[in-house]
Amino acid sequence: MSDPQQTPDLVSMSIDGQDISARSGKLLIDACEEIGVEIPRFCYHKRMSPVGMCRMCIVEVDTGRGPSLQPSCMLTVSEGMVVDTQSELTKKVQDGVLEFLLLNHPLDCPVCDKGGECPLQDQTIAFGPGETRFVEEKRHFEKPIPINENVFLDRERCILCDRCTRFAEEVVGDPLIQFIDRGNSTEVNTFPDDPFSSYFSGNVVQICPVGALTAKSYRFKARPWDLEEVESTYPNPMGDRIVIQSSRDQVLRLQGLDSEAVNWGWLSDKDRFSFEAFQSEYRLDNPLVRGGGLNKADKGGTALVATTWAGALSMTTETLKKTDPNRIAFLGGARMTNESQYAWAKLAKGIIGTDHVSADLGDELPPHVLLGLPRATISEICQPNNTVLLLTSDLKEEHGTLYIRLRHAAKTAGVNLIELSPTETGLSNIAAASLHPLPGEVGSVVDALVTGDIPLEVGGISGEKISAAREYLTDSNVFVIVGRSSVGESTVPIIEAISSLQTLEDCRFLPLVRRGNTMGALDMGMSPGLLPGRNTLSTGSSIFSDIWPNLPSEVGADTKQILKNAAGGQVDILFLLGADPITDFPDPDLAKAALKNAGTVIAVDLFVTPSVYESDVVLPAASFLEVNGSHTNIEGRISPIRQKVTPPGTARPDWMIASEIAHLLGGDLGIETPEDIWEELVTRSAVHGNMDFTKIDDGIDGHLLTATGRIPFNPASERLESRPFDSYSMRLVIGKKMFDQGTVIQMSQSLRMLAKPSELRINLYDFERLGIEEGTLVKVSSGEKSINIKVKVDNRVPRSSALIYLNLEGADPRDLLVDGSHSIDIRIDPTAPVKP
Amino acid sequence: MSNPSITTSRWEITDGHTLEGYLRTGGYQGLRSALEMKPSEVHEEVKKASLLGRGGAGFPAGIKWGFLPPEVWPRYLVVNGDESEPGTYKDRLLIERDPHQLIEGCVIACFALGLAQCFLYVRGEMAHGQERVAAALNEAYAEGYVGKNILGTELSVDVILHWGAGAYIVGEETALIESLEGNRGMPRLKPPYFPASIGLYGKPTIVNNVETLSNIPWIIENGGEAFAKIGAEQSTGTRIFAVSGHVNSPGVFEVEFGTTTFRDLIMGDEYAGGIRNGNALKAFIPGGASAPWFFEEHLDLPLEKSTVDNAGSMLGSGAIVVMDDTTDIVKACHNLVRFFSRESCGKCTPCREGTNWLEKILERIIAGHGREEDLDLILDVCDNISPGITWPPKQTTICPLGPSAVSPIASSLERFRSEFDAYLEDNQAVTPVELMGERS
Repeated sequence: MSDPQQTPDLVSMSIDGQDISARSGKLLIDACEEIGVEIPRFCYHKRMSPVGMCRMCIVEVDTGRGPSLQPSCMLTVSEGMVVDTQSELTKKVQDGVLEFLLLNHPLDCPVCDKGGECPLQDQTIAFGPGETRFVEEKRHFEKPIPINENVFLDRERCILCDRCTRFAEEVVGDPLIQFIDRGNSTEVNTFPDDPFSSYFSGNVVQICPVGALTAKSYRFKARPWDLEEVESTYPNPMGDRIVIQSSRDQVLRLQGLDSEAVNWGWLSDKDRFSFEAFQSEYRLDNPLVRGGGLNKADKGGTALVATTWAGALSMTTETLKKTDPNRIAFLGGARMTNESQYAWAKLAKGIIGTDHVSADLGDELPPHVLLGLPRATISEICQPNNTVLLLTSDLKEEHGTLYIRLRHAAKTAGVNLIELSPTETGLSNIAAASLHPLPGEVGSVVDALVTGDIPLEVGGISGEKISAAREYLTDSNVFVIVGRSSVGESTVPIIEAISSLQTLEDCRFLPLVRRGNTMGALDMGMSPGLLPGRNTLSTGSSIFSDIWPNLPSEVGADTKQILKNAAGGQVDILFLLGADPITDFPDPDLAKAALKNAGTVIAVDLFVTPSVYESDVVLPAASFLEVNGSHTNIEGRISPIRQKVTPPGTARPDWMIASEIAHLLGGDLGIETPEDIWEELVTRSAVHGNMDFTKIDDGIDGHLLTATGRIPFNPASERLESRPFDSYSMRLVIGKKMFDQGTVIQMSQSLRMLAKPSELRINLYDFERLGIEEGTLVKVSSGEKSINIKVKVDNRVPRSSALIYLNLEGADPRDLLVDGSHSIDIRIDPTAPVKP
Repeated sequence: MSNPSITTSRWEITDGHTLEGYLRTGGYQGLRSALEMKPSEVHEEVKKASLLGRGGAGFPAGIKWGFLPPEVWPRYLVVNGDESEPGTYKDRLLIERDPHQLIEGCVIACFALGLAQCFLYVRGEMAHGQERVAAALNEAYAEGYVGKNILGTELSVDVILHWGAGAYIVGEETALIESLEGNRGMPRLKPPYFPASIGLYGKPTIVNNVETLSNIPWIIENGGEAFAKIGAEQSTGTRIFAVSGHVNSPGVFEVEFGTTTFRDLIMGDEYAGGIRNGNALKAFIPGGASAPWFFEEHLDLPLEKSTVDNAGSMLGSGAIVVMDDTTDIVKACHNLVRFFSRESCGKCTPCREGTNWLEKILERIIAGHGREEDLDLILDVCDNISPGITWPPKQTTICPLGPSAVSPIASSLERFRSEFDAYLEDNQAVTPVELMGERS
């Protein structure tokens, strides 16, 4: 960690006659910007290495050898430097460069999407000549050409600043767009027949300094001066900061906001283009009920029909009044704002009086892991010379902006990544060590790594490799990023690994979650046995009992138990708060049985998901574009979610629905605005004690919660035995892809076609032993269970493992899971007859 | 007058490119001598020789070698054989006719500097030279002049051949390094000013020209002092000049450096043999396409670095291009500008856009569509590429390629403005694009 006492080396210099001191090593262009001297630039971008291509930022600099022209984006400040950004020569040269850039740039500003927010246009209007001296023919290219499904390239407008190409190669490691040809014929393009299929392609549109790159979703939709905008947060686990831009109550674009602590201005395409889903025609805009509405009287025969809020809410409350609180359960809530989570937790536990509340859907790490470990921030992890253990799946697929931050840390800050993932990932090629333990055996591998007691081979990894990786653990600060890398593996091996890692001195963790605001849900008490502020039901009741009058005394059921109870007919009312257990819970059959056998299922959601389709009352909620509130990211960082547009139809914020139900039950949540929640919360939660609602908007980086009040982590009690498996079997890995059949992706025009069909991915070595052709449909079985699936060769999967991604079109890998197993062995039978 | 012949001594024999021919004519004696010395002594001889780099900038090779930081390993020698300046073809002949001399020079340099790897970068278009140098290298490896334990000593040096893909800019040493690494041939940003500190693969690297290294065997065999005695005080040894253009016998000539004059070289019977058809001299380019032009009054200047520098041009790559009085200066100017425009790598805006604009304006003038304001426009565009249009040029670009295009324009407009005016008088008074509502 950097020593805060250490004073940086300062140099004294002068900029436009102003004497300043700047930190040595800083680029001149940044030093100027800090004192308010704006130097025009096109190629320079502070999140990428400078290239000095556009030459726009040239200024006159005297470093003791007389004044000379230097690009300020390439020059670091030095002692005694005298800079003149306003000299005659500087101005002449900058005007010259501007003229050169405009020579071949088409003057189609009136129809260009960038017009109005274009640095080239702004610069030209401010300083450029009124007329062109260029009377020759301009350069022509076919325009625009698609470089992938969502981004168009207009090479005539391109000024060859190298921003998009640098982004692709340097920032995200997808060097699929390049300069082609040279000199005046240079163009940016993809390789023939090979599109710019990057998960982060939308960022190049945002950083393009002209209108050369445009996004399909925004083309010709609006003029920048018609846009209204608000700074908000994308409710993903990273809490990426965004700007929501709208016109006429329609969101037209999401842009990344450059937060030093979080996403550095970048967004994954999944998040950037997902706003389309929330404005799609499939949004729920009215409450729905099934026939008579209650108690399954005519379920099956009757469809969901629209009704009024009054009707839907009265049905809800009437049945609630009649029901024993112990037979009421709540699932979900991890996608809501912190405020809505508090409101629903208070309704469930404080008013109705049930502790059967769980935001988890069986695919997260348990709450004692998420809340019980000493946490580190992303920026702390990315400090030079740290060693970071990745006990995760492929971050490029699941946590795009964290992948970008770690990639930068490994490539430029000298951070050593030690990867312990079931398959190779997007970070494998830059990791100091890339180890792929057999599913279920990561605990033994980490134990060997930490203790140095290294056998010849463990978990499918040679002792030599573990010894080599162990070198990085000495003389470095060690951080661990830990998540559920595969739902084909129980959480026990991960907990074993964490228990070993805790023996390392000062080891800190960044736990990952699957749903956007799972951290907020836990902090707001949406888990059995928990109350807001990381208080437990046993120790915290007294803090809340005056305003949460009906707090239950017994710890409630977790998600699996709630579903089992419901399937067994022991749940009369099951609330689904933005939860889709049929799609997400690892045992879809149990989820289906639960929804079928629960008395009344009440869903609060944005869309008719498979689970909502099985519900009896459906209450339409507002999306994050339509509410005010806040978000808690994986670091425990609170940042604002701000309303930009109004919800469709009569949909309303989740907290408001909870508040109205409480009111109809004769209680009172005491919540009329999101602010009210913070007034109540800060007095009772030490974790949130340094916050209030108005403070959330301060600054761009949000506010880290104080780390007090951790729930104790329960270390592993005993070590799992390594489970031998025969040479005909393979260990199953169930991964997650960025683009799948998820509701938001399927409802977004720009994203739905990016989801691929389901495949079984195995190593070439294993594939050749099968003696079949690629793409053959095979029968894959685990014990009694089996699925039919196509085979694909993927050498990122280690030998003896097999990878299937969740929630893709076709075979569902959850159908192979066996309850209670720590890992799953499968067999591929290439000869068994399968029906296509 | 008798010409010392250091680097071209084997050009007259038919098998000078083979190991047999090379050994018969005293080949690899320099290496044998070097191996009996200490590496530092070899370096000292090169310093004593005051051997100037023959690539274009004319930086003393011995001093350049001294820039290698101590104790940073590995480090590399890179041979710049990407000779592509118009009118320059001396390195090509050195590679084709005496490849062993170059290889020997490389091995001696590696010995002096403690290097184990040498990258020999040969221009893409030099197919014949590539074949010759590859064959020679195979012979040298087979006979133990290159490779492991050279001539039974502890010295081991590998020479790695690399063919370019045909880009003028790769003659710029940092662009050459980028190209060697497999990247686009684009110059690197300076500082660092010399690859000696951060070069190939980020390691200390010495980049030397083919002719420079071809001098090394002779220097070691005969001593640095003997070399320094030839030529002028600050321009020692011999130097190869390529004379082309409107002369009776164009060719490549090795002459004593610093004492021979331009007149000797262009007019002398043993050299280029005078202007063709008895025509008068109009102008000549003294050192490659990027050098400002010289005229009649410069003929008696000696071929000596500092003299030519002081006269406002440079000897550069040793290419002398002669234009007689039948030359259309505007077309000659356009020809050179077009070359730079086509060879711009595209990295810096002023060069990428500016040189192309200049080419288009000149093209339009030649096509008879020039406008009165075009000459001032040309000069202002030049000024935006190279502020002040001075020599040596200031630049708004990373490397000097863009500003190089300014030289022929500045030279020709200064001396032959009337020829440009003549084109403008024949003006057909149309511009390709009609400007609507143009202000008067």
